[in-house]
Amino acid sequence: MTSINVTVNGTEHQADVEPRLLLVHFIREDLEMTGTHIGCDTTNCGACTVLLDEAPVKSCTVFAVQADGRQVMTVEGLAQNGNLDPIQEGFREEHGLQCGFCTPGMLMTSYALLEQHADPSEGDIRKAISGNLCRCTGYVNIVKAVQYAAQKKAGG
Amino acid sequence: MTLRTSPEIGGMGHSLKRKEDARFIRGQGKYVDDVKLPGMLYLDIVRSPYAHANIKSINTEKALAVPGVLAVITGETLKEYNLHWMPTLMSDTQMVLPVEKVMYVAQEVAAVVATSRYAAADGVEAVEVEYEPLPVVVDPFKALEPDAPVLRTDKEGKTDNRIFHWEAGDKAATERAFAEADVTVKQDIYLPRILVASMETCGCVADFNATTGKLTIWMTSQAPHAHRTVFALVAGHVGLSEEKIQVIAPDLGGGFGGKVPIYPGYVIAIAATVVTGHPIKWIEDRTENLQADSFARDYHMTAEIAAKKDGTMTGLRIKALADHGYTDAATQPSQFPAGMFSICTGSYDFPQAFAEVDGVYTNKPPGGIAYRCSFRVTEAVHALERMVDILADELSMDPAELRLKNFIKPEAFPYRSILGWEYDSGNYEGALKLALETIGYDDLLKEQVEKRARGELMGIGICSFTEVVGAGPSKHFDILGLKMFDGAEIRVHPTGKATARFGTKSQGQGHETTYAQIIAEELGIPAEHILVEEGDTDTAPYGLGTYASRSTPVAGAAAAIASRKIRDKARKIAAHLLDTNEDDLEWEPGKFSVKGSPTLSKTIQEIAFAAYTNFPEGMEPGLEAVSYYDPPNLTFPFGSYICVVDIDKGTGEVKIRRFLAVDDCGNIINPMIVEGQIHGGLTMGLAPALFEELVYDENGTPLNGNFMDYLLPTAMETPKWETAKTTTPSPHHPLGAKGVGESATVGAPPAIVNAVVDALSHLGVRHIDIPMTPDKVWALLREHGVTE
Repeated sequence: MTSINVTVNGTEHQADVEPRLLLVHFIREDLEMTGTHIGCDTTNCGACTVLLDEAPVKSCTVFAVQADGRQVMTVEGLAQNGNLDPIQEGFREEHGLQCGFCTPGMLMTSYALLEQHADPSEGDIRKAISGNLCRCTGYVNIVKAVQYAAQKKAGG
Repeated sequence: MTLRTSPEIGGMGHSLKRKEDARFIRGQGKYVDDVKLPGMLYLDIVRSPYAHANIKSINTEKALAVPGVLAVITGETLKEYNLHWMPTLMSDTQMVLPVEKVMYVAQEVAAVVATSRYAAADGVEAVEVEYEPLPVVVDPFKALEPDAPVLRTDKEGKTDNRIFHWEAGDKAATERAFAEADVTVKQDIYLPRILVASMETCGCVADFNATTGKLTIWMTSQAPHAHRTVFALVAGHVGLSEEKIQVIAPDLGGGFGGKVPIYPGYVIAIAATVVTGHPIKWIEDRTENLQADSFARDYHMTAEIAAKKDGTMTGLRIKALADHGYTDAATQPSQFPAGMFSICTGSYDFPQAFAEVDGVYTNKPPGGIAYRCSFRVTEAVHALERMVDILADELSMDPAELRLKNFIKPEAFPYRSILGWEYDSGNYEGALKLALETIGYDDLLKEQVEKRARGELMGIGICSFTEVVGAGPSKHFDILGLKMFDGAEIRVHPTGKATARFGTKSQGQGHETTYAQIIAEELGIPAEHILVEEGDTDTAPYGLGTYASRSTPVAGAAAAIASRKIRDKARKIAAHLLDTNEDDLEWEPGKFSVKGSPTLSKTIQEIAFAAYTNFPEGMEPGLEAVSYYDPPNLTFPFGSYICVVDIDKGTGEVKIRRFLAVDDCGNIINPMIVEGQIHGGLTMGLAPALFEELVYDENGTPLNGNFMDYLLPTAMETPKWETAKTTTPSPHHPLGAKGVGESATVGAPPAIVNAVVDALSHLGVRHIDIPMTPDKVWALLREHGVTE
């Protein structure tokens, strides 16, 4: 067992974990935050995307011990004081989700994109989310959702 | 369709934002893997590395020594309870865990129960199985050869690998049509094996309480009631009783048909909770999902069309070989072994047709239809729409003109096809003409000529499909005898709000919103005040579930009819409150008023309150209704799709420049959701057209059982879909609606293939089997000297 200290959505968590424990299992099972999903185990689908020190990572291929001393942000951390982040609003307004399973990962990747790039082109958005698979929407409305959030954040 | 309700009520035709999104965008969806119970144990499965082998021994000693491992379950364990075999939904049989031999790579061999996910996986590694390999049958054509090994040795008297031979139509009359034809065309067409790969894999949490005898199972189920009944039938002899089985399908991360079958893992988990007394969680990983779950297609077809010189089509003949894997577990409820394949005459008025299908066993995983498609319609439409283009090429006719010439005419509906279907409504030329005009077909043709002159490869492809969805009617559709109806139960509460429960189960289709809109349309109660619940067999009325685009055609109709029963009672209460006759009242959404005196009225909310506080003498209190709807016919949505592609001569890569989908699904409940369904369906049509295929080697070993090798389209490959619609209501559906979820999956692949073939037609290319991967297209270009 290894002792780790991970800050998730601003709250510090101390835990003793097996070195082989995946970050996604630490988040879902040890911390019981089930918004982050598992879709493939091979870093392809992106359902498990979280931000590690502000960069999107696929938490099914990061060990919990690698998050020691670092900041993790999950879908549960998007809304602030009960107010939705514009990216969450965008997905609802533009019908950017159907079954909702890829949605947390899509939200985190899109959130990270907009933090880096306030006014992305359609091509930028498609490239940014190309590591997140969605089987329901055909992506067109996800692109619109990200554009909605970009406009909202720009005050539009 | 004109709107009958205000945006505040939000009935049919309003693009209401989805109710379910509030939890999904916050990460508060509740999926099966999110269920965690006190004392819960984890189950993991040992799978076969061989496609066909005798099991000589299973040694569990080392596995049981792994820290945290509590039990190993084998076929022998289940045999003690006679649970080692189970029926498939096609009345074939399937192993839960094998006792004698395995029949495909990744088949379940044993299960390990442990205190954690990781310990269970360690246990799986430590189970030692000794196999004796047997000859493998991978090729379905070889499966029918006289010297092929008989795979189903469990079936007494079985001497070959044929599952069924099925045919439809007049063979002799069709032969005459071909003999008398001016022109005939013929093509072998293969639709490869693919897998839906919903983003959430399959799994369950099973919890048996030995004191009460109650089994609760949270499972990835598109058909909770049917699954409950199957569990009761399969395990009744060991004490499971249907009233004490609660199947809960929580939020599902997609389904597309992949969550209709009963996989062995569910049954093993149930056995494990009964044996251990602990709740058991089983969640398959993606590799297991891709290697063992229910596949789709794998149809080898030879299709032919007979025609006159002027293009009039006079005959259709298709012969198909269906590879079902080691058991027939196709989960299709029609009474025809090849499902609705006889819809193969499609949108055209064929005077003669004949179709025949042979189903065979091979050493591959079982399944057969699960890929967002109504029971073999995709195969039928693909063959037909390819053949129409091949005929157009043979006759040097424009493919659009050939289609328009042969369409069933709008005035011919209801139309009885030569193979026996009664199409409810359609306007095929209307949809195609709109598509041609919207995309600018004539300009595209001109552009193509110019591009060809410059040596560039551009193609235009059309597909005009007819779908057939919404099973029942029960006289033709059942699952193990359970008739294909569906149920809706609506309770209007004293304050005028309502709760509605259904036997279906959304996997992303947005039922919580659309069913509420149907009830809002019928009763005038605002959709936001109608709570829709599905997926809990303890509370929902019986129904056969959500697949094959049947929720709107069947459960949606049940919602309308239950609402109308409530409205009939509301009318009586309103007459009582207004001291008038029922006949003197008129209805507008949300209230009854006295004819000629509109100020004398009672709202549905006032009536609801009176139903509990001030109802007429002799009337039962309350305002509730149930409907179990058995549709009189299927619904026949249709559309015309046009795809424009550019092909990279250097790499063979197909780039979809434009794709326009004109769909007609009758009256629409929520336009935003319908468009979303079409976008998703198109993408699941794009996927097999260009990327997806499950590949096996000669030993039956899957070569691409993970997402690194089995390619789902990403946002980079998926085009910006364009949509348009026509509206031809279904005459028999209470709301004039038809299903829509699968239309685009059916219609998109032939449009894409037709476009790619069109881009290469001047080289003499007439057909390409999907997936049209860059290497396949590049090889064609090389063969024809276009590229080095």
